[in-house]
Amino acid sequence: MSKRKLPSLGSIYFLAVCVVLYLPIVLLIIFSFNNATALVFPLKGFTLQWYGKLYENRELLKALGNSLMIGFGSSLIATILGTMGAIAIVRFKLPGRSVFLAVSALPLVIPYVIFGVSLLILFNEVGIPLSAFAAGLAHVIISIPYALLIISSRLVGFPDNLEEAAMDLGASYWGALLRVTIPICSPALLAAFLLCFTMSFDEYAIASFLVGTDATLPVYLYSQLRFPTRLPMVVALAAILMTVTMAVMLFTEWLRRAGQATARKA
Amino acid sequence: MTDFAVELRNVTKVFASGRAGKSEEVNAVKEMNLTIPRGKFFTLLGPSGCGKTTTLRLIAGFETPTTGEVFIQGKPMSKIPPNLRPANTVFQNYALFPHMNVASNVAFGLAIKRVPRDEQKRIVKEALELVQLADMGKRMPSQLSGGQQQRVALARALVNKPAVLLLDEPLGALDLKLRKAMQIELKHIQEQVGITFIYVTHDQEEALTMSDFIAVMSDGLILQLGDPTTLYKKPANKFVADFIGESNFIQGMVDSITRKGTKLRVLDELVTVNAMEVNLAKGQAATFTIRPEKMMLKTKQPVSTEALSGTIQEVIYIGTDTRYIVTLQSGESVVVRVQNGCSPDVEQFSKGDLVKVVWLPDDARILTG
Repeated sequence: MSKRKLPSLGSIYFLAVCVVLYLPIVLLIIFSFNNATALVFPLKGFTLQWYGKLYENRELLKALGNSLMIGFGSSLIATILGTMGAIAIVRFKLPGRSVFLAVSALPLVIPYVIFGVSLLILFNEVGIPLSAFAAGLAHVIISIPYALLIISSRLVGFPDNLEEAAMDLGASYWGALLRVTIPICSPALLAAFLLCFTMSFDEYAIASFLVGTDATLPVYLYSQLRFPTRLPMVVALAAILMTVTMAVMLFTEWLRRAGQATARKA
Repeated sequence: MTDFAVELRNVTKVFASGRAGKSEEVNAVKEMNLTIPRGKFFTLLGPSGCGKTTTLRLIAGFETPTTGEVFIQGKPMSKIPPNLRPANTVFQNYALFPHMNVASNVAFGLAIKRVPRDEQKRIVKEALELVQLADMGKRMPSQLSGGQQQRVALARALVNKPAVLLLDEPLGALDLKLRKAMQIELKHIQEQVGITFIYVTHDQEEALTMSDFIAVMSDGLILQLGDPTTLYKKPANKFVADFIGESNFIQGMVDSITRKGTKLRVLDELVTVNAMEVNLAKGQAATFTIRPEKMMLKTKQPVSTEALSGTIQEVIYIGTDTRYIVTLQSGESVVVRVQNGCSPDVEQFSKGDLVKVVWLPDDARILTG
């Protein structure tokens, strides 16, 4: 009985998380509609002008385009490579499998600033110009571990004799992959793609070294912080990004769970 | 064209196993020579780890022989991958595709072969009727019971009209009643479609129920190949006698060999046994075997029977039969199975009774191995 009266440790923790994590986001969204350049209370009135200014800003739209392009391209390639790696690791008893896994997981632990500098040096040496392409290439590298881990955990979950069954029924190895393995893994593939995409879309440190003149959205955003009058516009942009990213993450998580549910039935 | 659906010539399969630095080799199949006649229900029977599933996978093409050659319909298979062999498999865990409905699962092989859609539909419908799942085409595999999934797996393999259907313990996961029903049904389906079935099981009763021929395997070798009656009545060796059905083994010493038969001395009693298939010398130790249902218990030995004396150790009533465990004078135990029928001359015994265990001379056979 006494347990019920006192707020439990769990609920205090939950409340603290909400305040620390979500209050700033809520404030951000509120200020994005505030009719004033200074981000202080009291609020001066409702406006959509900051969102309007976002839409009129050519540079920003170009940065958005760059980010989408880099994000889409790099996640697509990372997902394909991650799938191939996952199949190799899970389905074949390769010698040096654990070494391969450790090496591919390395980008997870290297600080992005260091990774950015080292790629800058490398790309300079091999003659890859600083561009959206260079940033995309870097994003492929940092995304692969995520794709690999998500997809291989899905592959471990389903019986490998489904592929044998498909081949037994006349499918070639590639036919079995396309008709059986890939469709069954499709939620995991999509989840991997979306996760890679949000990673790339958010990533600043590496991109800031490599994009050259093709600024991505985060790079552009940082550059705008120097101008106080543009701050509310940046806030509006941040509010949009936050909402879209959260939606994508929720959808990804939902996909992952849906995928696991079908895995259990298989 | 040969009369054989499948032929194995000197097939050996060695698996490398063990961890780094300490490699071990497992000889799963040893120098196997086997011919499987066309259109028959053929069973590979043996305990787990005897190499029966490996043999099946060698035929399917999922494993390549270390040495030797597999032939299907007279053609060597060494360079032909599983997807191009005229053989289809029904897997132990069914291996249905979870993302396709029943009809699409069954149509899988036809779709790969680019059979026209209308024809696919017709063939799938027929196949589902054959396995009594006519109205289940739209269901997903996860919505079916184990027995139904098994039928879908069977239909999925059969639509391809393979020369050989390979079945890897397909009934292993079903409960006893359903299993018995499916055994009969499988046999009927085999007779109906006329395709050669190669069936792998460790269940001797299942093998006896369904098969035209059985190969008993142990430790990578085929110990005996024959029809169910021969295997049961004339097991070639101790392993087969023990594995198929229940057998008593009694040790003795060869006392005399005459035209009338071979006499063995068991402690100080003399019995005549059937030793047609073995060469024995006087004074040699020998073991003979008798099925529990071929023995009777009597208070006095009837004429023209063989007998050993013993004491009833245990009486186990199991409904249709009563099983007596009798300790012979030599100290060995034998099981005697007496049917609880309406025969009036069946005597009842209880624990501790002194009895004669009797049998007809032909039913006691001397085995090698």
